[in-house]
Amino acid sequence: MEFLFGPFLEFGFMRRALVGCLALAVAAPLLGVFLMLRRTSLTAEVLAHGVTPGIAAGFLIAGLSVPAMSLGGLVAGLLVAVGAGALSRATGGREDAALTALYLIALALGVTLVSLRGGAGDLTHLLFGQVLGVDDQALLLMAGVATLTLPALALAWRPLALECFDPGFAQAEGVRGGLWHGLFLVLVVLNVLAAFQAMGTLMAVGLMMLPAVAARHWSRELSGMAYAAVGLAVAAAGAGLLASFHLDLPSGPAIVLAAGLFWAVSVVAGPVDGLWARLARRPHLAG
Amino acid sequence: MSAAPRGPAVELANLTATHQRHPAVHHVTARFAPGSLAAIVGPNGAGKTTLLRSIAGLHRVDEGRVVLSGSRARVALLPQQSGMDRSFPILCLDVVLQGLWSRLGAFRAAGGAERDRAQAALEAVGLGGFARRPVAAMSAGQFQRLLFARLLVQDADLILLDEPFNAVDARTAADLLAVLRRWHGEGRTVLAVLHDLDLVQREFPDCLLLAREAIACGPTAEVLSAANRLRARRMAEAWDEAAPACAA
Repeated sequence: MEFLFGPFLEFGFMRRALVGCLALAVAAPLLGVFLMLRRTSLTAEVLAHGVTPGIAAGFLIAGLSVPAMSLGGLVAGLLVAVGAGALSRATGGREDAALTALYLIALALGVTLVSLRGGAGDLTHLLFGQVLGVDDQALLLMAGVATLTLPALALAWRPLALECFDPGFAQAEGVRGGLWHGLFLVLVVLNVLAAFQAMGTLMAVGLMMLPAVAARHWSRELSGMAYAAVGLAVAAAGAGLLASFHLDLPSGPAIVLAAGLFWAVSVVAGPVDGLWARLARRPHLAG
Repeated sequence: MSAAPRGPAVELANLTATHQRHPAVHHVTARFAPGSLAAIVGPNGAGKTTLLRSIAGLHRVDEGRVVLSGSRARVALLPQQSGMDRSFPILCLDVVLQGLWSRLGAFRAAGGAERDRAQAALEAVGLGGFARRPVAAMSAGQFQRLLFARLLVQDADLILLDEPFNAVDARTAADLLAVLRRWHGEGRTVLAVLHDLDLVQREFPDCLLLAREAIACGPTAEVLSAANRLRARRMAEAWDEAAPACAA
């Protein structure tokens, strides 16, 4: 008990970290599920790195200020989202190579910008985040983004799912696929920004994608996947923070590692296409 | 068919639809009466899919018009399956419920009545026990039955089918054909792109023979005369890159 709850009861910074990470964990994995189903998992990574130059620009102008860095990140993220969409259309859907080029450039640009003014500490903050140093503003941003994401996604859920499953039918029924997809990308950018506060640009999509990819092994249905993804993300946030406290590990990577561990367990033991289910040859049914 | 057909008449007036300015459907004029059960046949590349999409309002019409009598006619299109993600994690009943989109939209919940209707549609296509089955587990033929169930629920007045019997076995084709006859009996207008001319001659009273241009349109037996079929086969499939602007 003491092992599980002690750190959070005793230390304010652990409580804040927990609240922030739980806010990320209830919203971001849902976006991750759709990214995965659209086979655009790379998009999250691209957006996470794509916001870096904007955040760095905010940092150059105003120092380590959450509003300035977030605003810069938002502008950069939206630009990258629009640019990625244009690239995707221009390359006939084979955008992965172009997107990879885009995010490598963005990351390098961001790191360069921060190095112009900041020291190694600032760079570490940018790249890996500081879960344990989450201040009020960052906490508000993370909670606000989660508060916005859940109802927005509830509204967009059916059109997004339909567009994903059968775009032709969605078009014929007059679903404004582009509009909903645009809203979806804005939500992804916002969640990446929120995650950036805690996890840094290199780890920001960890809680978004890993639980979503793992959830595939727990349900054959979209809603089941969504519940599983959120459950896994919440568990990973808690487990990661505890591991970082007790084992003295950097907290952002510890959370992503915990999510990675859950993913590995899901691949092996998950009921849907899990290795165990595949290898354990149970007798087939009669009909 | 005692009452007047509920399906609209479909009138194509000098219709031209293009891909990158090259006509896929070229100056086609044809008419399908209200409640007709008609096949659209023609060689590969004849513009059959483009024509269906133009009628559904999904392909831009470059010239001419598509006129549906009864402007509030509901239209449903069953495309060829290529664009669908058949590995998507969704249950069969939920796919059928998508057919209620025009009534439920993005936000309204599907209640008991809607679910009963979807279940009845599944049973009508022989998938009664499949409601809770994920689509990823369906065979090609079962999937096509599922799409027919969704069409049933859509309850459209004009139903457009693009090669509906491709990749299905004889029994499934027969079952789906029975659904077509049912729609015809209910007075809906049904247009189906088909390749099996024997089937067309057996089951479809009307026919449009298309080879980019309309070769013939009317009663199937007349349209599919040997002379017409020969003319359709002569259609050049390739684009003429140097083609001048059409003067007609």
